[in-house]
Amino acid sequence: MNRTLILAAVALLAACAAAPTGTERPKATAGDLAQVTAVLKRDFRERGQAKMERVELDEVQRLCNMHADNPPAELARRAEEQQLKTIRFPQGSLIGDWKRGERIAQSGRGSMWSDKPGVQDGGSCYNCHQIQPRESAFGTLGPSLAGFGKLRGNSPEMQRYVYGRIYNSKAFNACSQMPRMGHAGTLNEQQIKDLVALLLDPASPVNQ
Amino acid sequence: MRAIACSALLALAVTPALAQKQSPFAEYQRMANENSPIELFEILGEEAWKKRQGTKNVSLEQCDLGQGPGVLKGAYAGLPRYFADADRVMDLETRLLHCMMTLQGRSREEATKRVFGNADNPSEMALLSAYIARASNGMPMRPGSGHPKERATIELGQKLYFHRAGPWDFSCASCHGEEDKRIRMSELPVLYKPEHARPMLSTWPSYRVSTSVLVTLQWRMNDCYRQMRMPEPVYGSEATVALISFMTKAAEGATYRGPAIKR
Repeated sequence: MNRTLILAAVALLAACAAAPTGTERPKATAGDLAQVTAVLKRDFRERGQAKMERVELDEVQRLCNMHADNPPAELARRAEEQQLKTIRFPQGSLIGDWKRGERIAQSGRGSMWSDKPGVQDGGSCYNCHQIQPRESAFGTLGPSLAGFGKLRGNSPEMQRYVYGRIYNSKAFNACSQMPRMGHAGTLNEQQIKDLVALLLDPASPVNQ
Repeated sequence: MRAIACSALLALAVTPALAQKQSPFAEYQRMANENSPIELFEILGEEAWKKRQGTKNVSLEQCDLGQGPGVLKGAYAGLPRYFADADRVMDLETRLLHCMMTLQGRSREEATKRVFGNADNPSEMALLSAYIARASNGMPMRPGSGHPKERATIELGQKLYFHRAGPWDFSCASCHGEEDKRIRMSELPVLYKPEHARPMLSTWPSYRVSTSVLVTLQWRMNDCYRQMRMPEPVYGSEATVALISFMTKAAEGATYRGPAIKR
């Protein structure tokens, strides 16, 4: 290839890199959030259990939107403290039934306008995580949880951490991509205990 | 000029990498495309286009999709765009709804009663979309007319794309924000990146093999918000058009290859 052409191409690519792409995630201003929320209120309608109050932002959503999910450490720490307070930890063992937990992890139903309220919801866990090794249709948006309990044990502290992570992931990482399954009202106390069992019970296929 | 040279160079730079990474699903899609029911949908769509109905008992044949009344060739490849008679930006389905109401005298309620259809019975809107989109097959996608409202619509679309909200704290980018990710076995395109947006946006509307339904972009917006646990977007609303405009802008320059088959 002609050497001048290569040099020209390199120079051009450098110019490209300097040009604003406008395609990376922007930080939203308070004005942007007000604008988008107003658009959602105007252009969306409640349907089934999905009421219009769902378009209102809470404090942690506001923080994450305004910092493109990367807020200053001090603000993140304060948000996490606040989110931790939302978690209601049950007394006693937090380990339920891993078999029920596996069914909850498999189900992608729950909290959608097409779901009947009152019918038991799922956790959509396999949508994003590898969990027990025999399920090969797992998503990759979240980290693999294969061998979770085998690697970490199932001490009361570990049970508490896993219960809390599922109940409200934002208590541990303010802008975590994982839904706050307990806080959102999608999963109840027993269901979260069953998921804790799926990850921590030595008999669970996750830890075989 | 710089933009054009940049895209050309970037295309050269990324093509070999993408080719190497091509998934087994791409081969499946190629095979499924060879025998598809889409042609039948296009024929039914042509009938729907020419059918007289509404209080004015006329067809849609004088509907202006941006290239002049009744001009179908290249119309889909030029959408979404600003329409002066409605003073807003419209995608294909929003424009069709506008024509149904103004040209045919149909009510919004009647015209949007059944916009999405199912496996047994595709919707009028989906059939019309397939018919009209076919007339842009092989043409470069050049959305818009340069009107300032198009710019504002794309900017709103970008804000919506990244806006986390609802009980599950999701934005579009929660799933379509990082490369090489999957939900279950479905690969997730990052729809603001041209190399991802081009193959996706250039193949809608689509026949989905897994559900046997002919689906449109308005349906895609609706079903994503359902899964995001949000309330339901109004069909043809500015929010849905803004998102479609934002993603179509990222796909600009792609050769339109639809209507096509999807998983």
